Parts: sequence; structure tokens; C-alpha cells
Amino acid sequence: MAVTTQVPDLVTPTWDYAPAPEARTLATIEASYDLFIGGDFVAPIDGRRFTTVDPSTGEPLAEVAEAGAADVDKAVRAARRAFIRWSKLPGAERGKYLFRIARLLQERSRELAVLESIDNGKPIRETRDVDLPLVAAHFFHHAGWADKLAWAGYGPDPQPLGVAGQIIPWNFPLLMLAWKIAPALACGNTVVLKPAETTPLTALAFADICRQAELPAGVVNIVTGAGETGRALVEHPGVDKVAFTGSTEVGRSIQRALAGTGKRLTLELGGKAANVIFDDAPVDQAIEGIVNGIFFNQGHVCCAGSRLLVQESVHDAVVARLKRRLRTLRLGDPLDKNTDIGAINSAEQLDRITALVDAGQAEGAVMWQPECRLPERGWWHAPTVFTGVAQSHRIAREEIFGPVVSVLTFRTPSEAVAKANNTPYGLSAGVWTEKGSRILWMAQRLRAGVVWANTFNRFDPASPFGGYKESGFGREGGRHGLAAYLRTGADA
Amino acid sequence: MAGRLDVRKTYKLYIGGAFPRSESGRSYAVADSRGRFLANASHASRKDARDAVVAARKAFDGWSGATAYNRGQVLYRVAELMEGRRDQFVEEVLAAEGGGRAKATAAVDAAIDRWVWYAGWTDKVAQVAGSANPVAGPYFNFSTPEPTGVVAALAPQSSSLLGLVSVVAPIVCVGNTVVVVTSADRPLPAVTLSEVLATSDVPGGVVNVLTGHAAELGPWLADHLDVNAIDLTGAAGDTDLAVDLEVRAAENTKRVLRSPAAEPDWTATPDGPRRILAFCETKTVWHPMGV
Repeated sequence: MAVTTQVPDLVTPTWDYAPAPEARTLATIEASYDLFIGGDFVAPIDGRRFTTVDPSTGEPLAEVAEAGAADVDKAVRAARRAFIRWSKLPGAERGKYLFRIARLLQERSRELAVLESIDNGKPIRETRDVDLPLVAAHFFHHAGWADKLAWAGYGPDPQPLGVAGQIIPWNFPLLMLAWKIAPALACGNTVVLKPAETTPLTALAFADICRQAELPAGVVNIVTGAGETGRALVEHPGVDKVAFTGSTEVGRSIQRALAGTGKRLTLELGGKAANVIFDDAPVDQAIEGIVNGIFFNQGHVCCAGSRLLVQESVHDAVVARLKRRLRTLRLGDPLDKNTDIGAINSAEQLDRITALVDAGQAEGAVMWQPECRLPERGWWHAPTVFTGVAQSHRIAREEIFGPVVSVLTFRTPSEAVAKANNTPYGLSAGVWTEKGSRILWMAQRLRAGVVWANTFNRFDPASPFGGYKESGFGREGGRHGLAAYLRTGADA
Repeated sequence: MAGRLDVRKTYKLYIGGAFPRSESGRSYAVADSRGRFLANASHASRKDARDAVVAARKAFDGWSGATAYNRGQVLYRVAELMEGRRDQFVEEVLAAEGGGRAKATAAVDAAIDRWVWYAGWTDKVAQVAGSANPVAGPYFNFSTPEPTGVVAALAPQSSSLLGLVSVVAPIVCVGNTVVVVTSADRPLPAVTLSEVLATSDVPGGVVNVLTGHAAELGPWLADHLDVNAIDLTGAAGDTDLAVDLEVRAAENTKRVLRSPAAEPDWTATPDGPRRILAFCETKTVWHPMGV
């Protein structure tokens, strides 16, 4: 009598991974956080607080102080006081503080990665492998600039501006903090930074790192709050320079508010990047690039490749392979090391994405999503592909800031350029082709501040980042980024 | 015997390489530095400003696509042609600004030399302001300055020729196209400069010259969504106008070169390439390295 034995099928891939969660306990979250002003954590004057939540569950994480105008005033005064000595400190000494901070960030990177994933909802794989290494690298890079500013090409004796008011978004909380604070401090400015209201926790952890580094009190001040706090900071007469990363709408209002004040301004705003796939593109790399371009960080990336421009002859093949790849993406617990797509950062953002996705369908584009079970709690959006998109559709014109890609087609390189540039934005663009001369031809004509050729969404502290047109002005990173924090020549 | 009756010039606008009158049909009387009538100038309108922006946008691809070496030669040729009409410029600057022949001559000479100076910058600014960036990974990464696009410029009110050239030359040398509003009271040397530009190798539409009032034309240009940047130098001393234009410019996040408190001394050597870079974007390109 034959006995049937159940032999496990080890050949067919099932993509079932065991859960591999990073330990939440690596990060300590206090019940309540104060403002970081003049080197101390201080309670907000009117005692107002708001709650920051875990977007993957909707559970509250902590109470955070909401800075009012009086608190902002206190922070700006602290920064002004600190500026007197900080700006006179030899560059080499300033640099050594930044090196200390960079080291502390590396030492605490696992803790910070977990904290960032919890507060933001982005996968631990991204915070651990992208955000935190770049944060530390940004401080290392700028630390070295502090005593070399005279050789940066801005004249022999460039001077700091004074107090910088800096406002950052929720998509890369700690990385955007690094992009703002590292160059400002290296150039001898002091700062008052406002993190986004939905992601304040890593900025407050950074305040603790400033204390561990024994950074002089008042050089870095962190005021948490929402739009009103930001407005108080922008409009404060003691602020010499405003640096803002966020939406074009808010950027415009800041530019208006600063008219006639003489305050310096840099803006890093929205985008609607074209990612152009030619018929000779290396397809496997291009598919990875498309996925990285739009589904990285849940598409919460101002330079996301949200418009996929595919040469007509390869459209069907590219879309088919893209769909196959998207079926393998894993959506879920941000702290799970196998997660590709985490949570949407807030209910408001999910509403915005949903409204635009609805508009895409209503306007006649064809929507596709992989089979994907969304967790019951928290805010989630499945990776979404729209085909049959016209340039007039809202999903081809407006920034969605979510995991949604709109596929359009072109026939000739000139048409690709015309369509890619047909947007008021100009932050980034991608080109995929094996032909070197075509890459350079395209790169020259794309009206965007960053062009990725056969790659996408790469960042580096030595690489200037920033937009053309309504994506804002000014650059962050490298020698070019220093200009935003220095007074030179006729300005001096 | 009666002397010969001279033939006087009609001073017109310069848009897209042509010399139209204002579509509004308006003109205004221009007086010399002592208040005597010199000529009527076209009084540019909103429509003229818009036409000029369209011409500037149309010229942008060709001009920004020209090689830097070519742009340098074209701008040098402007200096050559001005030199040939040096006496005419001296007479016009003297009439407009007064202050003596020596001063007018010095201003014209400096204006000619300024074209030469910026002609020399065309193929150097990318080396000075560009870079190969040492990123931490297998990528070739480089940054280059590129023209921002169409620039609206308010030329200085006092220095009718040297000031205007000092504002326009850095804008166009890097590949931008420009719509410039001349000094309101001293517009005539700028019109003569237009004639030089029209007969030089500067393509039509690269420089568009509007005679009229900054306070009237500035708002339309600052509002215009196809203008990428605005130079408020000519609003020096008019804080209300400068603030209003800055507010309007925010609608499409224009790059703004703010107005100085007072008109600068244009005879001074320019402060490096700062004015050029005020109208440049930095473009960074990444490419993987591998086999």
C-alpha cells in the first residue's frame, strides 16, 4: 500500500515572508515634549499641545508643544543671542561641532530610524538604509566646509546671514532637518527650525543630540507646531533668512510675505517629474527605476517620477513588466524589514491622494492596482498605475504626493521633451536609454534642477538639489547650497 | 541761404527684432536734461509688454541653445557696432543725462566695454559656477548653470545707457532672453541701442526694449506666468513699487533680483558674475558608472 507523503513545494515562489519587525523599543518616546529653545526644553507659554500619531495604526504617540508667536519670539531671540558668539567662532571649531553631531547621529542611527518609521510611517528599510546614512553624511560634508568657506567661490570673506528660520515637511523629517541645519551652521548662522506637525519626534531627538554634542545654547532651536507657528517664524522681524521646503502654495505665500523685508529666501517646492523611458532602455533597470521613482517613500517625494513617459513602441511591454513587479511589493508594517510600502503619513494626505485618484478615474484614465490587502487600522494606499492618461488630466498636472503613477506615451525625443517640460514645475526628471548622446541631449533640454539618467531618486550631500520654475529657487547640497546661507560681495 | 532742415528720428519700441509703435498708439514727450523737448517716445502698454514676452519666449530655445562661444562673439559684435556709433551715443547720453561731454563719453565707453566684459563671460561662467560632484556611489554627477528663461528687467532710471547695458548684458550672456523697460525720462539711448542690436547678430526677440513707465509696465511683467525672473534694479528708490512687484512675482515663484536702495555707480567694475548667476538655474545630472 503506497503511502502518500506531503512533499513541500520548494520550487514555486510564494513570496510569503515571516514577519521581521524591528524592535519598537529601540526608540524611546516620551509622553510629552516641550520646545527646544536656548539649549533647554521649555514648556510653551500658553500651554497648548497637539498629538502626533503613528500613521500605521492611528494610535497617539506623544503630546507635543504647539509654539505660539511668543514662543517663536523667544526662540528667535535665543538664536540672535547665540549668533554673536557662534558667528565669531573659528570655522574649524564650528566644523568640529558638526563632526560631533554627525558621529552622534551615526551612533544613534538605529534608534532614530525606528523613531522616524514610527512617526512618519515609512518603511524601516528606507529610514535605516537611506534617510539616516544621508543625514549623517550631510553633517559630515558640511562640517568640512565650515573652515573652507573662503575657497567656496563666493569671495574671500563670505559672512553668515544671521538667524535662519527653517520650515520642513513631513516626508523626510530628519533628512530635511539635516539639509537645512547643516549648511546654516557651517556658514556661521544660527537657526530656528519648525518640523512638520505630523512628524516632530526626530527633530526633538535631534535637539537632544545637540545637547549631547554640547552645541552652544541657542545655536539650534526647535519650535514644534503647525501653519500658524510657521507663519510667526517667517514673519518675525528678527529672522534674516527663510528656508522652506513644502508645497508650492505655501511657498508662494511665504515669498509674498517676505516682499520688501530684505530677508533672504530659498524655496524647495512641489514637483511633477517626468520619467522618460525610451525604446532602447535597459528594461529591468528601468522597471526598478520606475518603482523607486514613484513608490519610494509611498510617493511622498517632491521629486517623485509621477509622470511616466513611455515611448509608444514599448508601452505595453513596460506596463506589463511594471505590473508584474508591483505585484511583488509588500505593503504593511513600517517596522517590518521586508516592507516596501509603508503607511500614508496622515488622514489629510490620504484624502488628497484619494481625491486625485477619483479624478483620474472620472476623467477617463484606466486605473490598475495589484491585489493588496490594506491593514485595517491606519492610513494606507495601494500602489496605483494609471494608463491612458492625457496631459490635460489632473493626475498628469497636479502633484499627488502618493504612490500613484500616470503613464503617458510619446513617439519622438522632441515630443518627450515637450511633454516632460509641459508643467509649471521643474524639480526633477528621469531618462532611460542606452544611448549616451541621447541622455545628454535630453538632459540639456529638460527644464528641471535634477536629471537622473538610468537611475532615479539618488541624493548626496555633495550634489546640489532644487528646482526650476514653480518648484522654487535656491539649491541645497554641495558648494552651491552654501550660497543660501552666505552674504557675499555687494550684499555684504 | 537757409540751412538744411534735419530729418528727425521716430523712436519706436523693439520687439521680436522689429520696431513697432506701441499698439496703444500712445507716445510721450521726452525732454533733455534741461527740460527742452527732444523727441516723442512710444509709450508702451500692457499689450506691448505681453507681445514682448511672447517674442522673448520664442527666441529662448535658439539663444539658450547656441554655443557659449557663439553667444560671446555675438555680444562682442554689439560692442563693435556701438563703437562705430560712439559719437551718436555720446550726443544722446549727453542730451539725456547732462553732466558734461567728458562724463557722457566715459559712460558710453564703459557701456561698450561692459558688452566686451560679459561677452567674455559666456564661455567661462559654466566652469566657474559648475562642478563635478564627488557623490558617495558609482555615479558621475555634475552641475551646470543654465539660463532661467525669460527675464523682465527694469532698467535704471538715471544711467540711460550704461545702466541699461549693465542690467541687460549679464541677463542675455548666459542664454536668457529679456524684456527691458527703459528709464522713463531718458529712453532715447536705449532705442538707439535697439538699432545696434537689430543690425548685430543678436537674434530678434533676445532683447526686447519697451520705452515707458516701470510703474505701469512692471505689474504686468511681474504678474506674467511665462516670465521666469524679474530684475527690479530700475525700481531703486521706489519702495512701494518694488514691494508690489515682489508680491506679484510670487505667483509663479519668479526669481527676483531686488532693487537696491539707490541706483548703483555703474562705472564701477561689476561684482564678478553675480548678476549673471542671479538669472541662472543649477542643473545637476546623475549617471551611473559601470560596465
